[in-house]
Amino acid sequence: MIHKEAHLSDSLFTPEISQRPTRDGYGEGIVLAGRANPRVVALTADLSESTRSNFFEKEFPDRFFELGVAEQNMATVAAGLAVSGKIPFIASYATFSPGRNWEQIRTTISYNDANVKIAGHHAGISVGPDGATHQAIEDIATMRVMANMRVIVPCDAIEARKATVAAARIVGPVYLRFGRGKTPVFTTEKTPFVPGIAQILWQGKKPQVVIIGCGPLLHNALLAAKELQKQKLEVVVLNMHTIKPLDEKTLLAVVAKCGAVVTIEEHQVMGGLGGAVAEVLAKKLPTPMEFIGMQNTFGESGTPAQLMEKYGMDVSAIIAAVRRAAERRISIRG
Amino acid sequence: MLTTTKIKQMELEANAIRANIIETLVEAGSGHSAGPLGMADIFTAFYFHILAHKPKQPTWADRDRLILSNGHICPVQYVTLAHAGYFPVQELLTLRKLNSRLQGHPHRGSLPGIETTSGPLGSGLSQAIGVALAARMDKKTYRTYALLSDGEHNEGNIWEAVMLAGKLKLHNLTAVIDRNNIQIDGYTEDIMPLEPLREKYEAFNWHVLEVNGHDIPAFVAAVNEAKAIYEKPTVIIAHTIPGKGVDYMENDYKWHGNPPGIMDMPGEPPKKEQERDALRSLRTLGGSIECHHLE
Ligand SMILES: Cc1ncc(C[n+]2csc(CCOP(=O)(O)OP(=O)(O)O)c2C)c(N)n1
Ligand SMILES: [Mg+2]
Repeated sequence: MIHKEAHLSDSLFTPEISQRPTRDGYGEGIVLAGRANPRVVALTADLSESTRSNFFEKEFPDRFFELGVAEQNMATVAAGLAVSGKIPFIASYATFSPGRNWEQIRTTISYNDANVKIAGHHAGISVGPDGATHQAIEDIATMRVMANMRVIVPCDAIEARKATVAAARIVGPVYLRFGRGKTPVFTTEKTPFVPGIAQILWQGKKPQVVIIGCGPLLHNALLAAKELQKQKLEVVVLNMHTIKPLDEKTLLAVVAKCGAVVTIEEHQVMGGLGGAVAEVLAKKLPTPMEFIGMQNTFGESGTPAQLMEKYGMDVSAIIAAVRRAAERRISIRG
Repeated sequence: MLTTTKIKQMELEANAIRANIIETLVEAGSGHSAGPLGMADIFTAFYFHILAHKPKQPTWADRDRLILSNGHICPVQYVTLAHAGYFPVQELLTLRKLNSRLQGHPHRGSLPGIETTSGPLGSGLSQAIGVALAARMDKKTYRTYALLSDGEHNEGNIWEAVMLAGKLKLHNLTAVIDRNNIQIDGYTEDIMPLEPLREKYEAFNWHVLEVNGHDIPAFVAAVNEAKAIYEKPTVIIAHTIPGKGVDYMENDYKWHGNPPGIMDMPGEPPKKEQERDALRSLRTLGGSIECHHLE
């Protein structure tokens, strides 16, 4: 059942649940961060509106910078601002930033330990009709692998706002990942959000499998959990919004109780959330795992719902993965 | 030969391509309008006159290469390729849909006639340099055309390529810039001024031509002049009107990335009427001739 302390939305399982893109949360978050701290500045590369940087531009025109279509320049200018005391938020599509400007981020932000917040928008295949060139499915891996970098993937617009505000308070580089389309707003103002602390969303009785996810896909995980409960298969759903630093303590405690894991992410199954979880478990608590995500392919054009189905991230795919994980668990634990 | 009749035919073809772009975008429900409409004349000139190509044999080794760098204007390339016979015109209606060969941004290998994957801006000229350089090494006589946008000149990658092509004196390479003065966030000279663009290219050792991008014979003449330049790569700065042919879209950056019929915008026709108005504007050539079958 729904974990009480998560304070999820009452309309969680109803069609009336409100739908907003996580990028809206980014726009609201940078405005709040800007009000709280005059050192916060925002930059964009000819994508002011679609990254919601325009929210900040409107309120703080003097602290907003339009760099044109130049992501490499945006990252390095931000590094310069950061080493001069500013707290820059840079925003573009994730395929371009942190995709195209990866080396600039590595050298001038990460290695410099510059206090820059990188907002990667239009991440995941749910970008839809724009097609594979615009669907970032490698960004968690390429950011996670950098020393000094933190990686946060908010699950809805509210958590996105909280994560953006929190990122401004963290000293050092942070990567924040946002989606394009409207997705269910299933957390509430009361839902706890602390970077680096995973949150249990659903707690089954005597659970056999834990679904560990990040981003809007967690809503599908909750739908799957509810359906599985009807089918007498109990699970835990864990919101691992911070992929780096990973909350090992919560992870190990939950996995020890469940004995099997399904990870879900709108990302390649290599190197992302699933990879991060597997690294910890392989070392400290080897456990059967199933990985939901892009299986070493690119996305393509289509509606988000069609793509979720085709690439195996919809509710039925999650249920099937949980069943596979549960079976593998039995063969080990009995 | 570019006879008066052929010029007339191509102008009509370009207009038919524009109408098809509108219909294709409306069916897709998303995609870019202004850039594709603005480049319809140039695409027509390429595929119906300039290029040596065989639509039924798209990988013919000696074909001229047309490399589209600003992949978001692919609707104009898709429609032109279909009209030129690369694939059935009906297939245009699959644009941006699941399992379509017409991806939201062009994907090499998905559709005949697409030379490189693009969409992420600023990397087409570098790829075209590679193609032209290979031709030079292999003593091939095909020509390489790189189609660029003005906004993507904000990318440093473009200038790295501009420098290299000048150094290599790649005279088998011709770049064409869609100089329509708009990008997403506004007018190019407000977002990141490009002028003086001609002088910039000249300083990087390019031969520079400027034409009206809606004047097909003038454009063809510029391409021919480029073929006669042996010491430098040539860039043709094509001055175009974004949204060309659809009165309410012309020169309006708000139409960079939206198809008709998706949203109401201040100062634009109501969304229900946008498609009809666009097609009427095209078929009546801006109201200068009558067109009854639309009513
Ligand atoms: C590397 C990269 N950054 C950002 C974008 C998003 N984008 C798509 S089109 C565009 C505007 C570029 O201006 P231009 O090509 O002149 O636009 P048009 O004239 O077609 O309206 C931008 C920023 C992109 N496609 N690639
Ligand atoms: Mg332009």
